[in-house]
Amino acid sequence: MKLRHIAVNNLRRRKGKMLFLISGLMIGVASIVALMTTTRILADDISDKMEEFGANIVITPQNEGFSLTYGGLNLGGVSFDRKEIFQKDLDAIPTIKNAANIRIVSPKVFGVFEHRGNKVLAVGVDFAQELNLKKWWKITGAKPSGEDQILVGHDAAKRFGLKPGSQFEMAGRTFSVAGVLQGAGSQDDGLVFLALPVAQKLFGKEGKVGMVEVAALCKNCPISDIVGQLSEKIPAAQVTAIQQVVKGRMDTLHSFRQFSLGISALVLLVGSMVVFVTMMSSVTERTREIGIFRAIGFRRSHIMKIILLEAFVVSVIAGVVGYAAGMGATKILISFLAENAPHISFDPVMALGAVFIAVLLGLMASFYPATAAAGMDPSEALRTL
Amino acid sequence: MSYIQALNVVKEFGDGEGTFLAVRGIDVSMEQGEFIAIMGESGAGKSTLLSVLGGLLSPTEGKVLIGDVDIYALGTDKLADFRREFMGFIFQSFQLVPYLNVKENVQLPLAVTHHSEKEQDVLAISALERVGLKDKAHRLPNQLSGGEQERVAIARAVVNEPPIVFADEPTGNLDSRNSSEVMKLLKRLNSEGRTIVMVTHSKANAEFADRIIQVSDGVISGEPLFGAETPITLRAAEA
Repeated sequence: MKLRHIAVNNLRRRKGKMLFLISGLMIGVASIVALMTTTRILADDISDKMEEFGANIVITPQNEGFSLTYGGLNLGGVSFDRKEIFQKDLDAIPTIKNAANIRIVSPKVFGVFEHRGNKVLAVGVDFAQELNLKKWWKITGAKPSGEDQILVGHDAAKRFGLKPGSQFEMAGRTFSVAGVLQGAGSQDDGLVFLALPVAQKLFGKEGKVGMVEVAALCKNCPISDIVGQLSEKIPAAQVTAIQQVVKGRMDTLHSFRQFSLGISALVLLVGSMVVFVTMMSSVTERTREIGIFRAIGFRRSHIMKIILLEAFVVSVIAGVVGYAAGMGATKILISFLAENAPHISFDPVMALGAVFIAVLLGLMASFYPATAAAGMDPSEALRTL
Repeated sequence: MSYIQALNVVKEFGDGEGTFLAVRGIDVSMEQGEFIAIMGESGAGKSTLLSVLGGLLSPTEGKVLIGDVDIYALGTDKLADFRREFMGFIFQSFQLVPYLNVKENVQLPLAVTHHSEKEQDVLAISALERVGLKDKAHRLPNQLSGGEQERVAIARAVVNEPPIVFADEPTGNLDSRNSSEVMKLLKRLNSEGRTIVMVTHSKANAEFADRIIQVSDGVISGEPLFGAETPITLRAAEA
């Protein structure tokens, strides 16, 4: 017989206590696994959804000067040696190292024209890219499907009395209003959108673009890398990350992770306390038995080994069962929380991590009870009869 | 030189105002192969004296020598090793580990030795054979009678062949028939050359001993003299 037989036999005999110990730790581990896996999946889901909304990089012509604008209000500024971006420059975008992260490239050209004595800002866009970029747009009517069709912002439509099907004259050419944007409180409300090639021709900017909005999937790559790569490929352009957007996304994910880590830590603390209290009570219950062991010649280290071995066995079981229960709980949670529930497969790193955490906590929580047991005076322990 | 010597042993429990002197300066010697019975009223200090002699309870003052070893100078781990190698213990109420079967209980002192599991099996079965319980090796303690449990405790005490066996009220929970069997077993162990130190209330049991030490109020009654001829040491009848 070896010390491990004593530990295992004790656990076998005290099945109720062992189950209680395993449950305490298992619930902690399962909660961590469920929270971490759910958070990861939801974070991916949220991240994917956030990536679908709006641009996070803007490419503008390089301007040797500075502008004075604040909150969309132009306060003047100095501008000299303004360079231009040519549409052919954009062909270099798919050649950057992180090209796979580029989801949408939406070039634009701007022009101002007069309509019934009012100045109107018109934007030439690639409708397919623009509509993909601005998923929040709600259109009354239809999406433009030809070069003579335009999309009118809510305020512009109101000002000029336009609705889907109306005719609209712009720079000597008549367009049909395909759709009207529902008010969103953004700059787009006052604009008129037309097809990019038509706008370029109309405003005398053929082959040129005024601005490019880029939506990059930046979940797994630093946005600054993409900005650097784009700057290198298009030297005439100034490439800027929209810090607020990027930071906002990262902050959301960070908060989500922090929250789940906080909850996990709390649950683990409770689990550890359960192990500690149960092991302490187990040691107290076994005072007499420990006294016998000590009397017949077990060293303190032998007693510690027995208690810690028991904790190890319980922790390994709790880790394995906790991982399985956590993954099961994740499946259920995800089916409620995520729109497109992904397939949840065995994650060896998470599984090993779960067992490792369970063993670490189980041993830590049992260390003091083991020390207390080992420190018992054999005669005092036997005196508790 | 005596085999077991207690030199001015004092054992005090508690601290401050709540102190209690269980043993008040006892000097006693025992020879190798002797069968000693320690007798006395309840609370006289006899079990405390046995614990101190057996290396289970360090004295507040004084020394215990076994051979020429001052056992309380050994340190906790070495004292545990010493107990394992040189002493066997038979406790009141059997003190078997309830979740281990009979054979495993007997093997306990061997669990932390160099013996292989096979050797442990051989030694445990041999010890059980000596106490007549070989056929019950795989039973759990609660499946045995009180007398059988006591015999298992005796087998556990001698499985590693210690030269000294300490027994604290070994028949305290047994009827007269089982008590007699247990005492005969102890006597047999003594006749094999072991020193037996036994605490008992029973005069009948004490009669199995070579010498009786009477303890009263933490001291040996009368003059603390040693040897078979001293007034307080009674020569017990041979069993």
